[in-house]
Amino acid sequence: MSGARLFGPAWLTEGVKEALLQALVALILAVPLIGLKTVQEPGGLGLQTRWPAVAIAVACVFVGRLLLVIARHIWPPRPKAAHSPVVAARIRRFVRLLGPATIAFALLLPFLPFADRYVLDVSILVLTYVMLGWGLNIVVGLAGLLDLGYVAFYAVGAYSYALFAANFGLSFWACLPIAGALAATFGILLGFPVLRLRGDYLAIVTLGFGEMIRVILINWSSLTNGPRGISGIPRPDFFGVPFNPSPAPDASAFHTLFGIAYSPIQRVIFLYYLILVLALLTNLFTLRIRKLPVGRAWEALREDEIACRSLGINPTNTKLTAFAIGAMFAGFAGSFFATRQGFISPESFTFLESAIILAIVVLGGMGSQVGIVIAAIVLIGGPELVRELEEYRMLAFGGLMVLIMVWRPRGLLAFREPTIRLADFDRTARARSEPAATVP
Amino acid sequence: MEYFLQQLINGLTLGAIYGLIAIGYTMVYGIIGMINFAHGEVYMIGAFISLITFLVLSMLGVGWLPLALLIVLASAMFFTAVYGWVLERVAYRPLRQSPRLAALISAIGMSIFLQNYVQVAQGARVKPLPPLIGGGINLMEREGFVVQLSYLQIIIIVLTIALMVTFSLLINHTRLGRAQRACQEDLKMAALVGINVDRTISTTFVIGAALAAVAGMMVTLYYGVIDFFIGFLAGIKAFTAAVLGGIGSLPGAMLGGVLIGLIEVFWSAYFTIEYKDVAAFSILVLVLIFRPTGLLGRPEVEKV
Repeated sequence: MSGARLFGPAWLTEGVKEALLQALVALILAVPLIGLKTVQEPGGLGLQTRWPAVAIAVACVFVGRLLLVIARHIWPPRPKAAHSPVVAARIRRFVRLLGPATIAFALLLPFLPFADRYVLDVSILVLTYVMLGWGLNIVVGLAGLLDLGYVAFYAVGAYSYALFAANFGLSFWACLPIAGALAATFGILLGFPVLRLRGDYLAIVTLGFGEMIRVILINWSSLTNGPRGISGIPRPDFFGVPFNPSPAPDASAFHTLFGIAYSPIQRVIFLYYLILVLALLTNLFTLRIRKLPVGRAWEALREDEIACRSLGINPTNTKLTAFAIGAMFAGFAGSFFATRQGFISPESFTFLESAIILAIVVLGGMGSQVGIVIAAIVLIGGPELVRELEEYRMLAFGGLMVLIMVWRPRGLLAFREPTIRLADFDRTARARSEPAATVP
Repeated sequence: MEYFLQQLINGLTLGAIYGLIAIGYTMVYGIIGMINFAHGEVYMIGAFISLITFLVLSMLGVGWLPLALLIVLASAMFFTAVYGWVLERVAYRPLRQSPRLAALISAIGMSIFLQNYVQVAQGARVKPLPPLIGGGINLMEREGFVVQLSYLQIIIIVLTIALMVTFSLLINHTRLGRAQRACQEDLKMAALVGINVDRTISTTFVIGAALAAVAGMMVTLYYGVIDFFIGFLAGIKAFTAAVLGGIGSLPGAMLGGVLIGLIEVFWSAYFTIEYKDVAAFSILVLVLIFRPTGLLGRPEVEKV
């Protein structure tokens, strides 16, 4: 054994060996795709070599692995105490404080000194995803139905606002309920045939529906204007009063109504509050419906479908309500998206969007409302920080999804608050866990 | 009639390609019960590696086509298999004991990662390759319409059949195949009787990736253009094929692939080409509603 010990302690030798092996694998992976780049040349495709890039990639893998080995040696991974009551209590306290603090911060944000146009735009984007995440959480987190086509309902909401506003001149506020109702109807129509499927099958079918709606949006040109999309969607107004820099003498505008100077940021602030209110409504709705029989039925269904059926819960109807309500919120978010962008096209509603929303729900810790906010900030706001590295943005996004899942398979805030507590059960559970905690 | 025959040939060719990808889905699903969402991307990487190997060979001046094809096949299968192996090690193995959703999200993340990795490394433009294998056999001709079975189509179909035969022998008559079938029955039980489950799963990913690489090479040759986005749709259709044939069943995957290929080609030929993807999805939905176990699958027993 001493022969193998060329330098340092045995664990380091092992670590170096491991790192070398992985560097070799990285070399094999990198040579064809990074080392040789296909380039368009006059006579057809040609090849460019990029050996330095390969060397950098391999070196990164080697050094990274070695650092990981050293870190593991210095801080050995602790055995997991996933659901110890102490940790759970700490998370619960943290969440209870964090929730109101975040809401207060969100309410004040537009008036903080650093809140310029860009910050507000990013915040609106993040809030849109928070709302979508909360909406999808009803389907995935509460009812336990894996929906990979959520973007379809978002698209229905966006297109219904755009079409109703363009063709019938309806206002945003009139269109909002219509969009929600239409999206919910679509949810029921799509959900009805497929909801008896379970797990991954349901996921793939919903994915198929999402793609079908996109293909239809692209090809039904007479209604949707095809891939060119719909532009000139009316911008929102302040409950009937437009944001207009120079209103007609007899008409009012937002700034004349309040007697302040016109500024283009007023509309952005209004949009910000609009999505904030919509998102908080979604949240409030979810929190309240969890206490109603239908919410309880969702959660029971998620835990055990067979037990539910034997208790007389109709699984199809229960799932359909979850699907329809989740879709309705996506419809609301969709109309908001349409009015904010002023332009929509099928390109905005790809599978990637569904994947992002689902990732936010799962990364946040399924069923955790605060976790979704954190995940939305990390996944949507994080890549915004590196806007300049445009082409690496989605690369980082995909990598981040894998890393977070490997690091915390149950999501960032993995603790799930039980909806109902039995007083006795709690006491006995604590009594049982306390002696165990004293054992070192 | 002639038109029908031609479409039949085209459909079978496309179906062979889908079938090869579908095997990767069905094997992985059969053993660890998860949709390997990144499998379409593995196929796309296979196509890119084939393209790059072709270019390297043409730079080196390897002119004899059969030799070049063999080298490309070997290189694509090898490098893509390594990608498949690493994919399992990095993104799926740490999550084997975790909730199923975690593995699915990890797979979707890997799919996004690989897609953008190839986009960054190779550029977003479509990559054209001049046709290497031209010509074919004219089967029949009437009123100026020629039914042609091209040499390339012959190669694709023959190669697929050869791979399928080899692969069935591997699964049914070797130690590895037996281990795989045992894992498919019950992972824990297989481990208890001394099967190295980790290695079996790794091998499954390697084989699946190698077959997807062959499909990638075929597509590169057949269509002559590839880009970083081809994996997504092909992946969904191949998954549809796997479900249609009955997930977990290998002959089912091949049958499903051929059926999806035929449906897509006939739909484009006789109805509208715009909605050909919708056709595949509708088939998926219909199959799942009326026959959730697929054509050749075993019924799933619901346990309490």
